[in-house]
Amino acid sequence: MSEVMVDVHGVHKSFGPLHVLRGVDLRVRAGEVTVILGPSGSGKSTLLRTINHLEKVNRGWISIDGELIGYRRAGDKLYELKEKEVLKQRTHIGFVFQNFNLFPHLTVLENLVEAPVSALRRPRREAEDTARRLLDRVGLADKAGAYPRQLSGGQQQRVAIARALAVSPKVLLFDEPTSALDPELVGEVLDVIKDLARSGTTMVVVTHEIGFAREVADTVVFMDDGLIVEQGPPAAVLDAPQHERTRAFLSKVL
Amino acid sequence: MSSLTDQAPPGAAAPVADPPDKAGYTVVPTRHYARWAAAFAVLVLVAQFTHGLATNPVWEWEVFAAYFFSDTIVQAVWVTLQLTAYATVLGFLLGTLLAFMRLSRSPVLQTVAWTYIWIFRSIPMIVQLVFWFNLSALYEQLGVGIPFGPVFWSVDSNSLIGTIGAAVIGLTLHQAAYAAEIVRGGVLAVDSGQSEAAAALGIPRLRQIRRIVLPQAMRAILPTAGNEIIGLLKGTSVVYVMAIGELFYQVQVIYGRNGRVIPLLLVATAWYVVLTSLLSLAQYYVERHYARGADRTPPPTPLQRVRRLVLGMRAAAARPGPPTPVPLKPFGDRR
Ligand SMILES: Nc1ncnc2c1ncn2[C@@H]1O[C@H](COP(=O)(O)OP(=O)(O)OP(=O)(O)O)[C@@H](O)[C@H]1O
Ligand SMILES: [Mg+2]
Repeated sequence: MSEVMVDVHGVHKSFGPLHVLRGVDLRVRAGEVTVILGPSGSGKSTLLRTINHLEKVNRGWISIDGELIGYRRAGDKLYELKEKEVLKQRTHIGFVFQNFNLFPHLTVLENLVEAPVSALRRPRREAEDTARRLLDRVGLADKAGAYPRQLSGGQQQRVAIARALAVSPKVLLFDEPTSALDPELVGEVLDVIKDLARSGTTMVVVTHEIGFAREVADTVVFMDDGLIVEQGPPAAVLDAPQHERTRAFLSKVL
Repeated sequence: MSSLTDQAPPGAAAPVADPPDKAGYTVVPTRHYARWAAAFAVLVLVAQFTHGLATNPVWEWEVFAAYFFSDTIVQAVWVTLQLTAYATVLGFLLGTLLAFMRLSRSPVLQTVAWTYIWIFRSIPMIVQLVFWFNLSALYEQLGVGIPFGPVFWSVDSNSLIGTIGAAVIGLTLHQAAYAAEIVRGGVLAVDSGQSEAAAALGIPRLRQIRRIVLPQAMRAILPTAGNEIIGLLKGTSVVYVMAIGELFYQVQVIYGRNGRVIPLLLVATAWYVVLTSLLSLAQYYVERHYARGADRTPPPTPLQRVRRLVLGMRAAAARPGPPTPVPLKPFGDRR
């Protein structure tokens, strides 16, 4: 069995009085794809955002490839890391947003080169070569000089995926990568993610695309009300759910 | 069934006669008689006014011409420009710092920045300028040392600051308070997803601000900043109270001597118009620079527009006679 890449351990998160994550445990093995399903407001985005420390946890901890995220342990105490150190850790974690968040004033190539050059201090030439290879991989080699607004939504999201890959992260997190897209553009983005899955990229994907989950996921996780209700291989969770809430959710979306 | 092109437009009482060919009907534009009459009346008024300006001896254009490029005036314009440049650069640097202090998570920095903006927006610029001018009356010595402790080095404040220095400080501190709010507004106008994406990529904090947030904020900052800088250019005329030889002060000195008030005020006016026009032009190009990526197809520059117009006219001139309709060729018949 391969090693654990993402380890989420007893994570709690509140926004004021609102208890959004209520003790989440999740283990993702290297090279595996985990798909998270669940109704709106169940805490899926919040969970993803705690994994790369865009949100701080109130209790519990998260590690990527054995490294604690956002904290340093000494004895039985956890010391918060400085922002600079957290930023360094984030280069191990790629994040793809629902609404792309490309930098509109930079060309596609500059979007891909920015983080490797400024965060990883790679030479520009080398970063540009990598960027062109990644653009080729997502089928946009000819768009290097275009500005994001000159691209279709599907193309923008593929650029965003390439940008996340440009820092060679250990794991990629996707928060509803196709929800902002017209139906006919969803396929091209899912194809890119499938291609990444085949090449052994570790991924955690929040999505409402059940067909995609069935085809690509090694593990499907069902979340409701800040808890993981049920998890397992797609065949088990999607076709023979054990819990009433999973059944109710699936009957609505299928 | 007749096809659409065969039908007379609705409203035609009867199909009078078919148009000469299938190309369609001739379009006759509406005639705007009232608009033409108004334009004519305005043009007459403008002509009268211009005529008066040119011929009425009150304006004394020969005096205007004699002074416009005189050494004293050109020197004074240079001082005005320097005051504007220093106060703009320093004011916006300090303003940007204050803006990020107000946007920071530290309550101390927020409060300090807020208080600064509150105070310096409350003081009329002229009051502040006179205050700095008289600084030496308040602090005769400026020193470097440990706060509340011994002083290692000190200097007579009036000689250190000088009159021009005092004016630059006054203009800068005043400008910074306004610049801070302009920059803050620009930063707030940038989608928060942008800094979130930059943070998720691990881009260092200062780099996020300089490379991702500020260039996008510039789009909202520039129109207001342009206003401010032009306001500042004209605002420098206030420092005449400090007897600094900028444009307005110098003009007053000259007409105080020779009594030619009107033509000399015109000299100042004309220079301010020239400088403001140059600033507006610069603003246009800077705005254009920061608009890249904002539109799918960027609009042409004025130069490109002129070139296109000239080329278009040349092409029209080369074509003999009225434009003839181009017959549509079937596909495949392309040369
Ligand atoms: N920054 C915040 N401040 C306050 N409440 C928040 C914040 N972020 C999320 N929440 C709340 O936390 C709950 C979970 O939000 P979350 O975005 O994780 O849900 P989700 O499962 O991703 O839903 P969706 O499928 O609609 O994206 C919601 O009730 C939301 O209102
Ligand atoms: Mg969500």
